[in-house]
Amino acid sequence: MTFYLTALLLGLCLGAMGLGIFITMKIFRIPDITTDGSYTLGATVTAVLILAGWPLPLVAGVVVIAGALAGVLTGLVHTRLRIDALLAGILVMTALYSVNLSLMGRSNIPLLGIPTVFKALTVFSNPIWNQVLVGGFFLAILGAILAYLLRTDFGIAMRATGNSESMTRALGINNDRMKIIGLAMANALTALSGFLVTQYQGFADINMGIGIVLVGLGSVLIGDALISWFSVRSIVLQLSLVVLGSVLFQLVLAVALSLGVNPNFLKLITSVFVLAIVGIPRLTRSRES
Amino acid sequence: MIELQHISKVFHRGQVNEVTALQQVDLQIAAGDFVVLVGANGSGKTTLLNLIAGAILPTEGKIFFNGEDVTTIPEHRRSRWVARVFQNPLGGTAPDLSILDNFRLAALRTQPKRPVIGINETFRREVRERIAQLGMGLENKLNQPMGALSGGQRQALTLLMSVMDHTDILLLDEPTAALDPRSAAVVMGTAQQIIQDLGLTAILITHNLRDSLQYGNRLLHMADGQIMRDVNAIAKQKLTLGEMYAWFGA
Repeated sequence: MTFYLTALLLGLCLGAMGLGIFITMKIFRIPDITTDGSYTLGATVTAVLILAGWPLPLVAGVVVIAGALAGVLTGLVHTRLRIDALLAGILVMTALYSVNLSLMGRSNIPLLGIPTVFKALTVFSNPIWNQVLVGGFFLAILGAILAYLLRTDFGIAMRATGNSESMTRALGINNDRMKIIGLAMANALTALSGFLVTQYQGFADINMGIGIVLVGLGSVLIGDALISWFSVRSIVLQLSLVVLGSVLFQLVLAVALSLGVNPNFLKLITSVFVLAIVGIPRLTRSRES
Repeated sequence: MIELQHISKVFHRGQVNEVTALQQVDLQIAAGDFVVLVGANGSGKTTLLNLIAGAILPTEGKIFFNGEDVTTIPEHRRSRWVARVFQNPLGGTAPDLSILDNFRLAALRTQPKRPVIGINETFRREVRERIAQLGMGLENKLNQPMGALSGGQRQALTLLMSVMDHTDILLLDEPTAALDPRSAAVVMGTAQQIIQDLGLTAILITHNLRDSLQYGNRLLHMADGQIMRDVNAIAKQKLTLGEMYAWFGA
């Protein structure tokens, strides 16, 4: 049981990143690889500031700003210099590796015995349930804010930008600025995942972000499959399904590990799993057409 | 209303595939005029429209709206004056967004899109009433994604969207080219009515010579990046299809 609860908790923690990738991939249709760097950036800032004795809400605020800045940087490189979004993301991600390393001062910061956000609530006697509650609460707030924002006039403009650039330009929307804001939001959310995971696992590691974008991508793809399966139009439900996708993703990995798969193969399994989600529908579709 | 001074546009300048799309075009369009633009493919019609919309910048010359120099104002800010209907019905709408969301954005064309929820019952009712005028039965499908509609339906809605917010200039680039005759008639009829009711300055590009005679109060014939003929309202009424065919060497 604990085993699945752990996966649920990790899925919730990474759900924030899923929401971020939902913005870049589904709304803007930009493949944003900055994620790997901004996730670790969120973790780094969290570890360094918690050790420096900062209060958690303030730490979360700085994490959001740091992640947003990383996104803005990718956005500027992509829109101002007209560099491919993929390359822009890789450039910023790679640069962030050095930034993170110098912020941390070493490759790993343990946070043992330090009060974290997951100790904020004690409702159940089993601590893992309390942690799940905190994670769920956190994600519910993020999801609610994002769902509200996407339904506002600004949010409609944002959703339209990824949908029909000729239309949005004609309707007085600065597409470039919109993309920069979107990338900032996405990477702020990703950094928040770093914030949560660091506290959940009790350490920040310079390599924790490697390949994490695939986990987010997989979550969004699972969520998207559910969205089109049930033809969900409500934005709140869409975002919920993305978070559910993130949880399902972690459950699959957990099951794989429980079957005795060598943890060294975890990244390989992640890749194959995402490939399967992307590939299988295409195979069946090409046969139909 | 619109004034073009010595406008030239050269694409791929200095390369083997250099194209002069417009050559020293001078044009004045009075407020409230409905100008129809005809000409063979490659004669510079769409380039002219794109220059007015701000989608491209002229190589030479200046553009004025109401005496104000707008030559270097980018498209998204020129939308303060200009509303546009594209040839491709897909170009003017966001397919994954609902009809209502599309109209909401159109209603904010000249205004900032703020992070507040702007779609309320009043707005919904207003959109429903406007769409009902088309007589296409779309007023009960406000929450459907735009992409689920036919090209004709989308183009008719695009036209209504273009006047959801204040506009001075309406640009129609072959709005009916991709439509069946019946949808085309609805779209052109709606356009005519909107232009008249709101007193808009409008430019219509069309390859349908019948339409070019039926609509508008001024006719421009373009060839090789220049305006070859400028027909005023009175002369336009006397013009026949046969005469027009002769312009195209047919």
